[in-house]
Amino acid sequence: MAEGPHLAVVGAGPAGLAAALAAAARGVRVTLVDSAAEAGGQFYRQPAAALGARRPQALHHQWRTWERLRDGLTAHVARGRITHLSDHHVWFVEGQSDGFTVHALRGPEQEQSVAVRADAVLLATGGYEKVLPFPGWTLPGVVTAGGAQAMLKGGLVLPGRTAVVAGTGPLLMPVAVGLAAAGAGVAALVESAGARDFAGHARTLAAHPAKLAEGARYAAELARHRVRIKAHHTVVAAHGSNRVEAVTVAALDGDGRVWPGTERRIACDTLAVGHGMLPHTDLAEALGCRLDGPGVAVDDEQRTDVPGVWAAGETTGIGGAVLSLAEGRIAGLSIAARLNSRTPEAGSYEAAVKARTGLREFFAVLDTVYAPPAHWTEQVADDTVVCRCEEVPASAIREAAGELGAGDVRTVKLLTRAGMGWCQGRMCGPAVAGLAGCEFQPSRRPFARPVPLGVLAGTDFDRHHTDSTDSTDSTEEGSS
Amino acid sequence: MRSPLELVGARPGPAFTVTFDDREITVLPGQTIAAALWAAGITSWRTTRGSGEPRGVFCGIGVCFDCLVTVNGRANQRACLVWAEAGDVIRTQEGTGHRGHHG
Repeated sequence: MAEGPHLAVVGAGPAGLAAALAAAARGVRVTLVDSAAEAGGQFYRQPAAALGARRPQALHHQWRTWERLRDGLTAHVARGRITHLSDHHVWFVEGQSDGFTVHALRGPEQEQSVAVRADAVLLATGGYEKVLPFPGWTLPGVVTAGGAQAMLKGGLVLPGRTAVVAGTGPLLMPVAVGLAAAGAGVAALVESAGARDFAGHARTLAAHPAKLAEGARYAAELARHRVRIKAHHTVVAAHGSNRVEAVTVAALDGDGRVWPGTERRIACDTLAVGHGMLPHTDLAEALGCRLDGPGVAVDDEQRTDVPGVWAAGETTGIGGAVLSLAEGRIAGLSIAARLNSRTPEAGSYEAAVKARTGLREFFAVLDTVYAPPAHWTEQVADDTVVCRCEEVPASAIREAAGELGAGDVRTVKLLTRAGMGWCQGRMCGPAVAGLAGCEFQPSRRPFARPVPLGVLAGTDFDRHHTDSTDSTDSTEEGSS
Repeated sequence: MRSPLELVGARPGPAFTVTFDDREITVLPGQTIAAALWAAGITSWRTTRGSGEPRGVFCGIGVCFDCLVTVNGRANQRACLVWAEAGDVIRTQEGTGHRGHHG
């Protein structure tokens, strides 16, 4: 194995790939650890090779960028500069006196753990979708907007014939366009933001003509597929017994309340719904990294406040693929310099810094504009399940916060079990906070995913490793 | 109607079969269990521990654990992550998926 500093990158989406390529090109040995079978992350998720897609780009935007990333990765892997560990689900990054050990469970079965030793770590773990509850949201056929897109991009499948796409955020338009292009009827795109929400941000928005053009292209595609856009509307309920058969949609008034009398029923067998994105911060929190709002706090070089740990992309805040690429590149250049006890050359990433500044400003505006209806909790019935895993109804959360006086999400969880199930509160966290009237805070989880007890018992924490990868059981891991 | 396979010009490898609750379904190589079930028109394959409600894919990316299913006798597999393989015996997972511990 080549000598030299070793970087572990967690996540092979746009940020992780950009960082890995930038660092590897400057002599850093990189191990790229990713849960998917192929690099690309959620944004560049693609069908498995066996599906033989000749035009995967038909479901994608910015395909040229992907080709550049893919070719760069292939070249570095061929030269032994990057080791790509696919199907590796990282559950813990352990800080040690002389570096880090990244612990990952292998393969879909996730019963065997692998340890990767590194001098520095870049967390590029991306984000996941936030969905707020409403009556009927647990019915089969109700999926997250991103989930519908992931199943389409990766599996080339649709959940049904007629979809409603609803919620809020910049993801809804591409999801509706993708579903329509793939042959689903899209009965409506229901967006709680309205034109009025964009007023007052004209100057910031106008400074990003490329982004505005992207939005206009999606709007034109929606018009071509004859998709009705219902702005300043919300889904108040999904109906059905064993799967969704219809949704009720209503207009919102100026205060973000449902406008009585405007309810309309739309027949559909699929509801793709999302209310924005949240950063994945579990690994960073377990390392002790400071958060800034929902994301990992970083400095100008994408360094966290834990020495040796960088973070880039949506784990630091939601901002899309182009921002993730810029942050990843800055992090990769910073890591290459810092691991060789140098300061990064100011000129080496000027363009990326400029892109980062502008896009952060742009997405801060989008975050304000695309907000769920201010009074969404009023539409949540007492018997609506809020915690999908533990089947905790809204009434229990209201009781915990009201009569029982719980003032934070953790106390609500202890009283009701909301957030104690398989997903560890990732799905219900923001909803529980909203219903209980307390602030949403990412909950500290010891591990980023469920870990078999046998793996925990067999993991020798804080020992010295002689190689950059080893395995906690006897199965041999490929050399890196 | 246009299909996702047509949209991307897919030429998949030879299809194979699996069973879902003893019903034979045809699967394309490179699909997860969840994709295979959706392609066969199936959208729920779990009932909850408490009220026995049907569930299927929700997040589609391995975060929510709503799509848990029993594959070849192993309970609690996330259908959106596990690749379908020829001859797989897929079963609706009731409750915890462990016999004698339902509810």
